[in-house]
Amino acid sequence: MSEFVTLSEAVSRWVHAGDRVALEGFTHLIPFAAGHEIIRQRIGDLTLIRMTPDLIFDQMIGAGCARKLIFSWGGNPGVGSLHRLRDAVERQWPRPLEIEEHSHSAMAHAYAAGAAGMPAAFFRGYRGSDLPKVNPNIKFIACPFTGESLAAVPALRPDVTIVHAQKADRRGNVRFEGIIGVQKEAVLAARHAIVTVEEIVDRLSDEGSNDVILPSWTIDAIVVAPGGARPSYAHGYYQRDNAFYVAWDAIARDRDTFQQWMDAHVHSGGKGSA
Amino acid sequence: MNASSGTYTATEMMTIAAARALTNRDVCFVGIGLPSAACNLARMTHAPDLALLYESGTLETRPRVLPLSIGDGELCETALTTVSVPEMFQYWLQGERITVGFLSGAQVDRFGNLNSTVIGDYAAPKVRLPGSGGATEIATGCQRIYLVMRHHPRTFVERLSFQTSLGHGPTGRERRALGVRTAGPVLLVTDLCVMTPYAETNEFEVVALHPGVTREQVIAATGWPVQFAERVDETPAPTSVELEALRDLHARTAAAHGAVVTE
Repeated sequence: MSEFVTLSEAVSRWVHAGDRVALEGFTHLIPFAAGHEIIRQRIGDLTLIRMTPDLIFDQMIGAGCARKLIFSWGGNPGVGSLHRLRDAVERQWPRPLEIEEHSHSAMAHAYAAGAAGMPAAFFRGYRGSDLPKVNPNIKFIACPFTGESLAAVPALRPDVTIVHAQKADRRGNVRFEGIIGVQKEAVLAARHAIVTVEEIVDRLSDEGSNDVILPSWTIDAIVVAPGGARPSYAHGYYQRDNAFYVAWDAIARDRDTFQQWMDAHVHSGGKGSA
Repeated sequence: MNASSGTYTATEMMTIAAARALTNRDVCFVGIGLPSAACNLARMTHAPDLALLYESGTLETRPRVLPLSIGDGELCETALTTVSVPEMFQYWLQGERITVGFLSGAQVDRFGNLNSTVIGDYAAPKVRLPGSGGATEIATGCQRIYLVMRHHPRTFVERLSFQTSLGHGPTGRERRALGVRTAGPVLLVTDLCVMTPYAETNEFEVVALHPGVTREQVIAATGWPVQFAERVDETPAPTSVELEALRDLHARTAAAHGAVVTE
């Protein structure tokens, strides 16, 4: 059963140095507040897992939290590069970053395999791509029935997955709506799960559409963190701050500007977005 | 340029020429950036029933403005339905439900292979690019692939630094050998010309020049010795309807995002 705790308690109890930590949310519902708390608690040596690292991993990598990154698309959507990620890969700043690089299809399949308790995912992928040459976790296997060559990748099994959702009820069940990404698979694939939410409600109503419900017994901790996905967005609550995504390009391009921004907006204990 | 439509930019010509390739019957997997503008322009002009899918899981989305990311709220709010990302890649893409994948990339070679991963050596890259995203499986899972890219010798290269997504393969003949049944890249639209693969070699050659563009410009902007088809047409100039629709779309997009963004 999930427990209601503060963000600081959730992170200190369930996120430890050296862990494999997934923070999911496909453009939508990115758990920024939780990522910032990990930075503030200076938890290091993490293997960070996200299909799209986005600004939150740019910040965590720039802050030195990550030893390794598992990802499939590392850009600032519609804007350009993630400069802190590039600085780590190209110039090892602030520390060397090992990368394990996949395609979206592979990561989606690998989370689904983790949720299903399978050791690996099998799919029609990576044909004619150079990615298998640089990632030893991509292999090929013959289908035992047809002989077709299929790609195989290990299931993703994070030590802890952190996601953001719109609502939880008082029993700790959680409801997501809008673009639902890989949140359900990432939670079910993990040993522990933390969910930050916009609000607690008496009852998860059946209004709206396209909802995903996760029962309380699939989650360890629920944290009330209104605005916890900013500058990404929460369908039905607030919009994506596209202007901030554009502005981040200049902030992150330079190490000093980046550190000043982090001091002012993250280390000071602020909400984290501009 | 053309009197009926007034003046237009090379980028506008490229987007409009790319949009014209899509039909009302297509189900199209949309890449972000240049493809997204072309796909939505097609839907807003000659192909109102064109089904657009983004990798965030939005099926038959009808955004009023161009999304900045593939997961903007606008895409979900205007979609017929939104599925999870694993479902998107398993049932819809891998299940071969999609007729056209519309892609771009940082580098393309003469056989339509794409690089969106690194410039230089993978282990010590000169430039670290975003990576595959959906592209690697889009390139093999859709019935055919259309490409749209700005023409430049640094992007139209003799040799890719890294082959992220399969076109026709390093010699133009690898798809069949890899067991890939789909057609691969059949169209490449640039800001200078339209190219299609020559049937015998699968090497992209110029089949139409945009109005006012010379062969010499295309040769100078291509990093391999580019071939021209026996017959090279002139791309019809943008109509006033196409131009107006595209400019309205960009104006609405800029207003919505509070900033002028890329294509």
